[in-house]
Amino acid sequence: MSPVLETRELCKSFGALMVADKINFTLSAGARHALIGPNGAGKTTFVNMLMGGLAPSSGSILLGGVDVTDHSQRQRVKRGLGRTFQINTLFHNLTVVDNVSLAIAERHGVGWDMFRAANRYRSVLSESMEVLELLGLADDAMLNLSAMPYGKQRLVEIAIALGMRPKVLLLDEPAAGIPSIESHQILDVLDSLPSEIAILIIEHDMDLVFRFARRITVLVQGAVLMEGGPDEVSSDERVRHVYLGERHG
Amino acid sequence: MISPAHAAGYVSDPRMRPIEWLPWVIAVICYFAAPSYLPLGSFILIMILFALSLDLILGYAGIITLGHAAYFGFGAYVSGILAARVTADPLIGLVVAAFAAGLLGWLTGMVILRTRALTLLMLTLAITSICFEVANKATKWTGGADGLGGFAIKPILGLFKFDLFNKTAYIYCLVFLFLGWWLVRRLIYSPFGASLTGVRENVVRMYAVGAPVYQRLVIVYTISAALAGIAGALLTHSTQFVGLKVLSFEFSGDLLVMLILGGVGRIYGAFVGPVVYLVAQDSLAKQFPEYWYFGIGLMLVLVVMFARGGILGILDVLLSRFRRGKR
Repeated sequence: MSPVLETRELCKSFGALMVADKINFTLSAGARHALIGPNGAGKTTFVNMLMGGLAPSSGSILLGGVDVTDHSQRQRVKRGLGRTFQINTLFHNLTVVDNVSLAIAERHGVGWDMFRAANRYRSVLSESMEVLELLGLADDAMLNLSAMPYGKQRLVEIAIALGMRPKVLLLDEPAAGIPSIESHQILDVLDSLPSEIAILIIEHDMDLVFRFARRITVLVQGAVLMEGGPDEVSSDERVRHVYLGERHG
Repeated sequence: MISPAHAAGYVSDPRMRPIEWLPWVIAVICYFAAPSYLPLGSFILIMILFALSLDLILGYAGIITLGHAAYFGFGAYVSGILAARVTADPLIGLVVAAFAAGLLGWLTGMVILRTRALTLLMLTLAITSICFEVANKATKWTGGADGLGGFAIKPILGLFKFDLFNKTAYIYCLVFLFLGWWLVRRLIYSPFGASLTGVRENVVRMYAVGAPVYQRLVIVYTISAALAGIAGALLTHSTQFVGLKVLSFEFSGDLLVMLILGGVGRIYGAFVGPVVYLVAQDSLAKQFPEYWYFGIGLMLVLVVMFARGGILGILDVLLSRFRRGKR
C-alpha cells in the first residue's frame, strides 16, 4: 500500500546543530506508529516540519503521494493532516463544543460567512457533538473550557483534531501533564479512534507506547536509530542503551 | 469565571434580548428630553460608533491598536475635502469616506497584521503619526493646524437641513450608529465572528485547524477601518469642521480608554464607555476646569484595578450575585 505520509532525506540544521539528519520515514494508511527518543532527539522539530510550522533545510515531505514541502500549514490541513499539541492549545474562554466547532467549521468552509448566524449551521454543531460523544465528553459540551480539569482538556485537544477529519493524525505527547494513573483514559480514547486514520504518536510514557503502537521509530540526535515492531525495539541493545536504559536503569 | 455576554459561537443565540433595545430607547428619549445637549449627544453617538469599530478588532479579533484614529481621521478629512472641493452632499461624503478609510485599512492592515502584540502596537502608532504629519503639512488641502472649515454641508437627501442645535445631526448620527451596530452584531454572531474569537483566544490553534488567519484579520481590519471612517465623516458633517485632533495619538488613546471603561469584547461596552467618559468629562470640566482629567484617570485606575471587564463587567458580577442571592 502506498504511504499516506512520507519524508525523504529530511534535514534541518540550526547553524552547525543538526536537529534532523536525513530522516526517511513512512506512514501507511491506518498505521499506529510511535516516534520515541530521548529529550532533544528532534521529535518536536520533526512534527513541526511535517505540519509546516518549520521549513526543512533539505529533503521533502509527501502527503498522499503529493510533495507538500512548500505548502502552508493550511494547505496541508486541507490534504488531511491534523495534529494535537504537547501543551494544550485550546480556546480557553469558549465552550467545549465551540472549541470543536471552530475546527469543523473550517473544514466545512463556512468560516468566511459573515451574515448568517453561526448557530444556524446545525451540521457543524451536530458533528461537534458526535465527536464529543465519541470521546465521552458530551456532558461537558456546554462548559467553558477553562472550567474543565486539565486531563479532560487533553481530550478536547484530540476532539479538535478529530473534528478536522484527518487522514493522518500527529499526536504530540497526548498524555503529557496527566498523572500516569489517568493515562489509561487517554489510551482508551486512542484505541477507539477510527481505524482508517493513520496515527503517529510522540510519547514519553513507554507503557502507553508499547500498548498502542504497532510500529516504533527511534530517533536519536536527529537521526533514525532504528524502526521496528514493539518487540524488536524493546529487545534492541542500542535502544536499551540510549533510551530505555537511562530510564530503567 | 464570567462567561462573556456576547460570546460568539455555534451555540449562542443571536436573537435580540429585550435589554438590547435599551440604548436606542434612551437615545430617542434624550432627543426629546435634553435638546440643549444634542451637540454633546451627537458627539457621543459618533464616539460609540468609533468605539464599536475598535471593539470589533480589539475585543473580538484581539488586534491591539493605538492607532485607530488614523481611519477615523482619514474619513473625517476625506469627507471634509470632498465637501470643500467636490460635493457637499452628506451621503455621498459618507460613502466615499467609508471606502477611503476601508482602503487605507486594507493597505495598512496587509502590512501590519503580519506582526503581533507590541510590534503591532508600535506599527499602529506609526501609521497614526504619519497620517497626522501628512495632514499637518498638507495645508493646502487640510488647512493644517488651523483645521479645515468653510464648507456648508447640504441637506440630507435634499430634505433635512443641518441646524444650529444639531437636531438633524443627532438623528443622522443615530441612524448610522444603528446601522453600524446592526452590522457589527451580525458579524459577531456569524461563523466569521466566531473564527475571529478563535484567533483572539488561540492563534496557533486556528492555524492548526487550517483557518486563513491572516486573511480574516485583514478583512475585519478593513471593515473596522471603514466603520471608523464613517464615524469620522459623521463628525465632519455634524460640526462642519475638521481639526487635526482627529488624527492624534491622544484621540486613539481616549478611544481605547472609553472602550476599556465600558468593557472590551461585549458590544455594549462600546456604548457605555463613551457615554460615561464624555458625560463625566463634560460635567467635570464645568466643575473643575483644570482638574477634569484627574477624575477620568481615577475612574480608569479603579476599573483596571477592580473590574477588568469594565463597567459592564461590574454589572455582570452584581447581576450574578443578585441571582444567586435569590435562589
